[in-house]
Amino acid sequence: MALYDSGNERHESALARLGAWLVRLALAAVIPLIAFAAIYAGYIFLKNSHAPKWVIAGVAIVWGVGGFAVLYWVFNGIVEKLPGVWSERLLPFVFVGPAMAILTWYLALPVYRTFWLSLFDRDGFPPGFSPFRPWTWPAGIHSSAFVGLANYITTFTQDIFQVAIRNNLMWIVFGSTLSVGFGLLVAALADRSKFERVSKSLIFLPMAISFVGAGVIWRFMYVVRPPNQPQIGLLNAITVALGGTPHPWDKWVDIAPWNNLFLIVIVIWLQAGFAMVLFSAALKGIPEELIEAGRIDGASELQIFFRIMLPYIMGTIITTWTTIVIFTLKIFDVVWVMTGGQYGTHVIATLFYRQSFTARNSGMGSAIAIVLLLAVIPVMIYNLKQFREKEAF
Amino acid sequence: MKKRRKWLSSGLINGALVLLVLLWSVPTFGLFVSSFRTREDIQTSGWWTVFPHREWQTTKTLNVKELGLDPNSIMTIEGVQGDFKQFRKGIEKGNKRIQWVGNKRLGRIEVQERKWTVNWHFTLDNYKQVLFGREMEITTAKGETETIPGQDMTQAFLNSLTVSIPATIIPILIAAFAAYAFAWMNFPARRLMFILVVGLLVVPLQIALVPILSDYNKLGLNGTFLGIWLAHTGFGLALAIYLLYNYISTLPREMLESAFIDGASHFTVFVRLVLPLSVSALASFAIFQFLWVWNDYLVALVFLGNDPTNKVVTQRLADLTGTFGNAWHILTAGAFVTMVLPLIVFISLQRYFVRGLLAGSIKG
Repeated sequence: MALYDSGNERHESALARLGAWLVRLALAAVIPLIAFAAIYAGYIFLKNSHAPKWVIAGVAIVWGVGGFAVLYWVFNGIVEKLPGVWSERLLPFVFVGPAMAILTWYLALPVYRTFWLSLFDRDGFPPGFSPFRPWTWPAGIHSSAFVGLANYITTFTQDIFQVAIRNNLMWIVFGSTLSVGFGLLVAALADRSKFERVSKSLIFLPMAISFVGAGVIWRFMYVVRPPNQPQIGLLNAITVALGGTPHPWDKWVDIAPWNNLFLIVIVIWLQAGFAMVLFSAALKGIPEELIEAGRIDGASELQIFFRIMLPYIMGTIITTWTTIVIFTLKIFDVVWVMTGGQYGTHVIATLFYRQSFTARNSGMGSAIAIVLLLAVIPVMIYNLKQFREKEAF
Repeated sequence: MKKRRKWLSSGLINGALVLLVLLWSVPTFGLFVSSFRTREDIQTSGWWTVFPHREWQTTKTLNVKELGLDPNSIMTIEGVQGDFKQFRKGIEKGNKRIQWVGNKRLGRIEVQERKWTVNWHFTLDNYKQVLFGREMEITTAKGETETIPGQDMTQAFLNSLTVSIPATIIPILIAAFAAYAFAWMNFPARRLMFILVVGLLVVPLQIALVPILSDYNKLGLNGTFLGIWLAHTGFGLALAIYLLYNYISTLPREMLESAFIDGASHFTVFVRLVLPLSVSALASFAIFQFLWVWNDYLVALVFLGNDPTNKVVTQRLADLTGTFGNAWHILTAGAFVTMVLPLIVFISLQRYFVRGLLAGSIKG
């Protein structure tokens, strides 16, 4: 009797389990469908709606953010309902998969695709060739569209590119070094001042300003008026007050290449705060005993700074400097807004933009992009080496 | 003696610091002040004239003919002697300046005095003109009304919000899931995938623009908000995963393990435990990404394109610099419109931002 009972129970629970399983299966199918339908409806609304612009903005924000959250939730739900082993195997890929897919699509594959593009002429791949189907290669090589390294050779032999390289070197040498220098100076001074918080905040503030905004701010600083009119740009007003003649500073071709310095100033103005914050934290991390010991040995404040503090934070200085170098290497917005690359101020990134999007020469543009990539490869290798040394992963 | 030296050095330090702070703040301050000045004022005098300064002001105008002066000989006016050229330039005597204005035949003589003054004609017209799309009427200094076209930056401001908010939250969401998986799950190729993330940290985004643009053309994503959200996600993701991994992997192991023993799924642990515990790391990256996206120009230029209904504030401002290169009343106000939100975010959340920077920031 007891046996039969338990058997019946087992039978019932099996039925119940089957029912529950069916319901779960249905839910697993229906919920994603509803979710996808909702996302699609949002997409259609955004595409065709003539609602007031703030309504569209609101819907777009909710749709964009909500859509991605719902997708994670749905896929997690589906995978969790799979049998145990499969659930455990697949779940990590639900978590990490989208990130990897996006990174691959947006950064990893483009490196490969851009490299291939740089070997072809201005119109890119000939019909029928794709870098992902290398067996179509013979079709590519016989086509006149394939130019090999010609884009690189043209690029490097162009005067304008050599000017751009020189300018980029100026950006790197002056821009990053002076940003680091001023950052260090402010960090060191503020560390001993009563106005530390206020002064650091004010120097840090330009970091919130876009390059385009900063471009307008500095254009206004550099405004030039004919000598007999009142100057409305501060720099020229000061120049005139000191008895000089007004100049268009960043557009002043006579002093080329030094007119680039007036553009570089803008980036120093923006980035010194970034360096300052990192240095300030590093300076605060120096053990007090170390400095005290130096004082007892009779070192002057300057000696303490150069002999104790500076070597102690050298690691931070190098990292910060590298970050700013990478940043200045890719500098685009400032030059584009201030001079558009005229007056001998082109840099690699502005030439890249000009070739790729103004001249629509994808081969040349890609070659320049590859040059940019090659320039950051040492840093990439250094980062990977650092990572390999980390045992914990 | 020692005390005095200390006082001196602290004076030097503070003095140098104040000088640097002034140097850093003056450009922005000049823009800010100018954006409230009238069109005429901006074009005719420097913004620093809003501070008290001494300026020549005409106190008396004399008629040349009434005085019976001969401009071809040496003249005596108000007790000052000189020829036409000298008067034309203006002759100063004490606190007075006598100046001949105009040519020899039709000129007049102005007696000017140097007086303390401020140029305080402030207005909100510049902002009205920049923000609203409709034609608007302004009153000039001479009392005339003039109709000028507005710049409609409100639309661009909304577009910037529509771009920036999802382009900040989506990468954080995706990166947080991935960072959790890297930190607390075991799966094949885990190490290899993370190496990819580290390797892509410094890859310049220029490399991706042309291929992605051709994909977008095929998929119809060009000029859509979805397209630019995904682009910003792709370009910010490596750094986001890296930073969030550094934080999430340091959460206490016992706490998560006890949650698993209680039967919680990975999803539950992630949503209920890991996300709330990582708020500060998420916030610091969020500010970083928000400022990056809001201030971005290149990505918007490439992927949002030239459709005026989609343009973001940086694009609009760059357009204004192109078309109104010398209309400083528009440019100053326009620049401030683009800066106001990031400045508010930055000032109010500076602490989180600094924390994010200190966690290490190399962006590709």
